[in-house]
Amino acid sequence: MVTLTIDGRKVTVKEGTTILEAARQAGIKIPTLCYLKDINQIGACRVCVVEVEGRDQLAASCNAPCEDGMVVRTNTQRVRDTRRLNVEMILSKHNSSCTSCVRSGNCTLQTLARDMNVLELPFPIKPIYREWDHSYPLIRDMSKCVNCMRCVSVCDKVQDMHVWDVTGTGARTAVAVRDRKDIMDAGCTFCGQCITHCPVGALRARDDTLKVFDAIADPDKITVVQVAPAVRAAWGEDFGMSRDEASVPRMVAVLKAIGFDYVFDTDFSADLTIMEEGSEFIERMTHPGEYPMPMFTSCCPGWVRYVKIRHPELAGNLSTAKSPQQMFGAVTKSYFAKKIGVDPEKIFCVSVMPCTAKKYECAVEAVNDAGAGRDVDLSITTREFVRMTKACQIDPMTIGEAEFDDPLGEGTGAAVIFGTTGGVMEAALRSAYFLITGENPDADAFSGVRGLDGWKERTFKAGDITVRTAVANGLGNATKLIDAIQSGKVHYDFVEIMACPTGCGGGGGQPIEEGKELGGARGQKLYALDRTSHTRFSHENSCVQRLYEEYLGAPLSHEAHHLLHTDIKEWKL
Amino acid sequence: MSRLRIYTPDKSQAIVDNLYENLQHRIEVAPQGNCPVELTDAFLRLCLAQSCGKCVPCRVGLTQLSALVEKILEGEGTAQDMMILEKASHAIVDSSDCAIGREAARTVLECLKGFRDDFMSHLNTGRCMSSFSAVPCVSFCPAHVDIPGYIALVRAGRYADAVRLIREDNPFPSVCGLICEHPCENHCRRNIMDASVNIRGLKRVAVERAGHVDAPKCAPPTGKTVAVIGGGPTGLTAAYYLALMGHSVTVYERRKKFGGMLRYGIPRYRLPAKFLDEDINVILSTGIEAHTNVEIGKDISFSEIQEKFDGVYIAIGAHSYKKLNIPGEDAKNVMSAVELLGAMGDEEPMDMTGKNVVVIGGGNVAMDASRTALRLGAKSVKVVYRRRQSDMTALAAEITGAIAEGVELVTLQAPVAILTDESGAARAVQVKPQIPGAYKGGRPTPMNADLPEEEIPADIVVVAIGQAIEFGHFAEAGIAASRGGTLQADTSGAVAGANGIYAGGDCASGPATVIKAIEAGKTAAANIDEYFGLHSEIAFDVDIPQALSKVRGASGRCNMTDRPAAERVHDFDLIEYCMTDEQAHQECTRCLRCDHFGYGSFRGGRKEAW
Repeated sequence: MVTLTIDGRKVTVKEGTTILEAARQAGIKIPTLCYLKDINQIGACRVCVVEVEGRDQLAASCNAPCEDGMVVRTNTQRVRDTRRLNVEMILSKHNSSCTSCVRSGNCTLQTLARDMNVLELPFPIKPIYREWDHSYPLIRDMSKCVNCMRCVSVCDKVQDMHVWDVTGTGARTAVAVRDRKDIMDAGCTFCGQCITHCPVGALRARDDTLKVFDAIADPDKITVVQVAPAVRAAWGEDFGMSRDEASVPRMVAVLKAIGFDYVFDTDFSADLTIMEEGSEFIERMTHPGEYPMPMFTSCCPGWVRYVKIRHPELAGNLSTAKSPQQMFGAVTKSYFAKKIGVDPEKIFCVSVMPCTAKKYECAVEAVNDAGAGRDVDLSITTREFVRMTKACQIDPMTIGEAEFDDPLGEGTGAAVIFGTTGGVMEAALRSAYFLITGENPDADAFSGVRGLDGWKERTFKAGDITVRTAVANGLGNATKLIDAIQSGKVHYDFVEIMACPTGCGGGGGQPIEEGKELGGARGQKLYALDRTSHTRFSHENSCVQRLYEEYLGAPLSHEAHHLLHTDIKEWKL
Repeated sequence: MSRLRIYTPDKSQAIVDNLYENLQHRIEVAPQGNCPVELTDAFLRLCLAQSCGKCVPCRVGLTQLSALVEKILEGEGTAQDMMILEKASHAIVDSSDCAIGREAARTVLECLKGFRDDFMSHLNTGRCMSSFSAVPCVSFCPAHVDIPGYIALVRAGRYADAVRLIREDNPFPSVCGLICEHPCENHCRRNIMDASVNIRGLKRVAVERAGHVDAPKCAPPTGKTVAVIGGGPTGLTAAYYLALMGHSVTVYERRKKFGGMLRYGIPRYRLPAKFLDEDINVILSTGIEAHTNVEIGKDISFSEIQEKFDGVYIAIGAHSYKKLNIPGEDAKNVMSAVELLGAMGDEEPMDMTGKNVVVIGGGNVAMDASRTALRLGAKSVKVVYRRRQSDMTALAAEITGAIAEGVELVTLQAPVAILTDESGAARAVQVKPQIPGAYKGGRPTPMNADLPEEEIPADIVVVAIGQAIEFGHFAEAGIAASRGGTLQADTSGAVAGANGIYAGGDCASGPATVIKAIEAGKTAAANIDEYFGLHSEIAFDVDIPQALSKVRGASGRCNMTDRPAAERVHDFDLIEYCMTDEQAHQECTRCLRCDHFGYGSFRGGRKEAW
């Protein structure tokens, strides 16, 4: 332990703690811009500088370790002046068209400039502009980049994908896609972690809200929206609502107020996924040697892209079951259209997802099978859903409550935990146990797969069958896990992987809050919803049961294969 | 009113001088990986700042060149711009009135040719190809030793850890602590402030304070076998890392002892045997099978080795010598420096008592030979060199050391013959005075001056004009040689067309430094391992102390000190003193920790394995 004085207060911290963290522990605020704890502590923006007695230069508190007896001052004239000057320098290279920026009101640089009372810039403003195809799911605006390198570090250190790189040196140093490639050819999974860790508006997901409004306004279109599990754990954050206040009925009421004709739940198709994927898993387990093992989950499009990019040889290990988003679209434009007696061409299917890769997924030819345009016409992020709510001037606190529509609105507790790491595995095991033994396990029997560790492994028994499972979140952990499988160090039967750290709770489409990783807290909300749900087993979803009775027959049936599975081994990116 | 005045620089001129000095420091450190196109532009702007502005090509021309380069840097350049850039540069070279404009444009032309790919990348993709190297000392060290890491360990008093850390990349810490040419220091960022950290000196501190440090454990046996031919620095480096990777290694050495040029080329007063033996013993302790007195082609054929081993590393060094090709060279008492120093390695010193010795050459070997001759009792030692002292390739410290001990430099004299007495022994070197001519390869070519030839009396003549490689047997075995007389190997060390045969060190690169030999050995070890289809890592398992307070303000560098010349010239004991604890501590605190500050905290601070 070392003891130092910060602004006259004695602070004792562990050796190796940075001045910034020590100050935070003491409740002293130091502004930051490029800092991301443990991921990007590079002292590049020099906004976090502080005075250290005995040193002739200010220190970047984000990467200067505390030393015993150190005397630090965080709020002197010299510190304030220097921080402001550095912010002014950053602003001279930043396209501050805040009024038309997606991050307006949620921009770290904007907050810094406001807090530091930057009113007139002493330097001419000369951002660098570069072209970018705005039809891509991920959009980069060079003119707003502040070279904080967070995207580079997140992609390198957390996701281990190395899509972003630094190009040039000196005044022209810039972030760019690696090897001078186009982002579409750079091996990007579109996980969106660079977006959620960008402090400004330099990285964003494509905005599709205007197209959604167009569809709602079109009298010839029947608009159907599905909401992914993790969205309900995060959507209220931007409205300052607590996780309890941001309830599912309020969320449904908001979607109805926006004007969707039918508000459904992706939980429904998550339960359907479990029926298909669970049955597929039992098929694989009971026919050793016939299928590549372990079986990988396939509901995360970032992960599926990862496999296709990094390990095409493992594509056969992916479950052929489509993701809940795509199953939902396929069922909507077939079963549901038939049920309400409309031409599926008239249905406009929208998904609200915690995800940026879903925008890419819904456009993949091979996962569109209902034959009426795209099964899911548009996928929007939680953030876009929030923006649509604001565009409609809806106050979610006073809007009241509403229920999901029938028949694609029913979901179980097993489905809702899809939105957090380990959830798909747990849900699948609950139903697989039933399918193998004919009876339900204790709903919490598989809670061992919960938790935010990057790579967990557990072994369970269902009847005579022993299932060795592994769960990983974050692509950096996925890489480690795959390497271990391929080198024969570990052996599993069933592996769940989510591209984003903590799973969809920390998804690339989720609301952004500077300096906070909220995936874990959002996951807890999903577990709470699971505990209180009417049933916690996918195979008990009555709407899913009805779908099989009325339309599909049984899991893995011919029709189920046509609509709900894809030849995942074959199609290319 | 005075008619003439004595020039006294005013305050502003003093600052201008200081500015130039700072600029010089910055140029000296030359970081690795900056955008060369950007640098071209900066160069042009500096040239413009030095222009008087009288003539069009310089005043306007250089401005336009800079504008074009800027346009290209902004990603807005066209092929037409590149053409104009080139044409205009030619016009400026052709029509400038003085060197300011002419040489600026000439340099731009060189840039356009030298790094055209960088220009084209900016032009075609709007992006730069360069990528900055975070830690200059590490990137300029051929073996990429973690220098800030071991300096931090020395500062913390963890000397054995420092030695372990150095050995991750270089198994010759004791040797390099004494005789490394330390290219790391040339680019030390501290040079921008005052002078580089005394990196080599700190390495010696680590080694001396640590005492014996065991080698790490070898990886489990892989079942692969490697023969290393030549027990010099590159051969032993490769053998060491291959052994650590778990391969079974056999080293064949032609001479009585291991060490190669370290033993048979470098005099003991620079590298005492106990330092060399310490490194070699640690290397061999990894379970390497070591054979001395075995000559390939005589005692065992190369094809036999090829059959017996899965991989071969040819590391035979450059133990032959170049000849002057002048009359009298075969006379009695004429020898090569390789022979003289080689005999010293086997502890069979020649007696030179009372002799007048002439050493011909201007490199480090010439200095080693002349200083050895003094220690062997020579009455006088003259180094005869056909260029100027400043053109000598020997390190400045070696030259001043030799002069201090009494070696006389005779420069701008080209030997034309060795004159003999009636017994056929050398009696003098006949020389022709020279005058420096036009530059070629960075040095002026000496030309015959309009002066008569002279005679320099010599009882013994030592020729030190370069080494050569003997590879007759390998040539017969089909290993190709380059026009320069070296074995042909690519940058991975692989010999073309020969599976599993690698070559490196002096025999492949031509005579070079020990650290370059170590680089070659390390490279060969990694690539032989890859050739086996493996990827055995040499991993880094020493934790490095965190970077603490920055040191600001200039602080003088503690240089190494030597024993007094009058004393040391009589023996072969080590001439250099080690740093004191006080000096070592100061040098450690002068390290700017580029692994942590600057780009190091973002990328490239530390490689954990190779």
